[in-house]
Amino acid sequence: MTQRKHYVTSLQDLNHNILKMGTLVEEAIRKSVKSLTEQNIGLSEKVIKEDEIINQMELDIQNQCTTLIAAEQPVAGDLRNIITVLKIITQLERMGDHAVHIAKAAIRLEKETFMKPIIDIPRMAEIGIEMLREILTAFITGDSEKAIRYAALDDEIDNLHDQITREILTYMMEDPKFIKQSITFLFISRFLERFGDHATNISEWIVYNVTGKHVELNN
Amino acid sequence: MDNLKIQVKNIDFYYDNLKALENVSLDVEPNKVTALIGPSGCGKSTFLRTLNRMNDIIDGTRIEGTILYDSRDVYKEYDVIELRKKIGMVFQKPNPFPISVYDNVAYGPRIHGIKNKRRLDEIVENNLHNAALWDEVKDRLHKPALGLSGGQQQRLCIARVLAVEPDVVLMDEPSSALDPISTSKIEDLIDELKSNYTIIIVTHNMQQASRISDITAFFLHGRIEETGLTTQIFFNPESPKTEAYITGKFG
Repeated sequence: MTQRKHYVTSLQDLNHNILKMGTLVEEAIRKSVKSLTEQNIGLSEKVIKEDEIINQMELDIQNQCTTLIAAEQPVAGDLRNIITVLKIITQLERMGDHAVHIAKAAIRLEKETFMKPIIDIPRMAEIGIEMLREILTAFITGDSEKAIRYAALDDEIDNLHDQITREILTYMMEDPKFIKQSITFLFISRFLERFGDHATNISEWIVYNVTGKHVELNN
Repeated sequence: MDNLKIQVKNIDFYYDNLKALENVSLDVEPNKVTALIGPSGCGKSTFLRTLNRMNDIIDGTRIEGTILYDSRDVYKEYDVIELRKKIGMVFQKPNPFPISVYDNVAYGPRIHGIKNKRRLDEIVENNLHNAALWDEVKDRLHKPALGLSGGQQQRLCIARVLAVEPDVVLMDEPSSALDPISTSKIEDLIDELKSNYTIIIVTHNMQQASRISDITAFFLHGRIEETGLTTQIFFNPESPKTEAYITGKFG
């Protein structure tokens, strides 16, 4: 027989809200990159506006955690779960901010003719989205192995970032008129690279949640 | 190991035919607080009472296995009076004698032959200080102990135990009948006492166990399911049963 029904339900709620917040962040990064490639300023603005929902979710989940700690005095696995949730929402909020940065960059590039077709940036975003989705599933199922496995995808994002950086450098050296656009693209690539780092950080907290031990997955 | 205060080795304990403890072993380190937790009827109070042979007075009880206190067998090498002088006990319900505050604390020392008034005064004052009660009772030492509040009575009982200069103090839910302020006074007291005494405490209050103890033993169905550093037990216990109990999912 399960006891402390209200408590157990609140803990499940917390995890459910993490999934919800994660989905919003996935959508934000997907839309921001889409708004960039399609030069759709309306979509960029939507991403910026919708970030408020993500920010509000961070506060709401944080309050849920505080209330649970004060009212239920969680220990052991429950306590680690709540700490992990608090850490994950910080990462998710930052990831949402990166989507906003990309959306703002897309607005800056609205009238520009791109110096080359944009292929690798959407690829980075896809990998980041896949990482986030699978890592949050691993959080819900308490699967630290899976979290570690998907954190490894960050290497692919980093490689793409290095490749894009080299490529852009070549464009800038070829023709100074590309410099302004190039710098913006460098930043976009950098935002996506950070997105992957945050997903990796979430994986580290999942390992902590499951095992009680801290690991370093960002190397 | 020589530096253990108490070593319990594979004890079984019976109330007539009912086996209340099964193959229980526990090492108790000196100057540490060891908390015994577990659901009602799991054997933790029975276990506590085996340590100073309080179960001897219950008919039909039987114990097998060995308990060493300072490397000597509690059941074979100690006189029970000597043993209980060294291993004192505080109970769940404050149980001061219906005499004055002073006489409660002086009771034990008098039985052990101390008659000198000045010496007794000193013992009473010191132990009331040690039990963090002196300031509250110094002006009413000769008033009835039963006139004190529940929390004060419990600290008086602790002073009474300390007055016979024990080495180990057993506490069976010492603050479960007290309000939060009295409880925190008892907890502060336990923290101070451990520099001079070894303390073993049974508590149903998980937060209390996690706050005050160094070592926690989780009892379940007459056995010890898990023993470890309190920080470890409350942060990342090994047994799923311990986890379920301390997080309040069963018990």
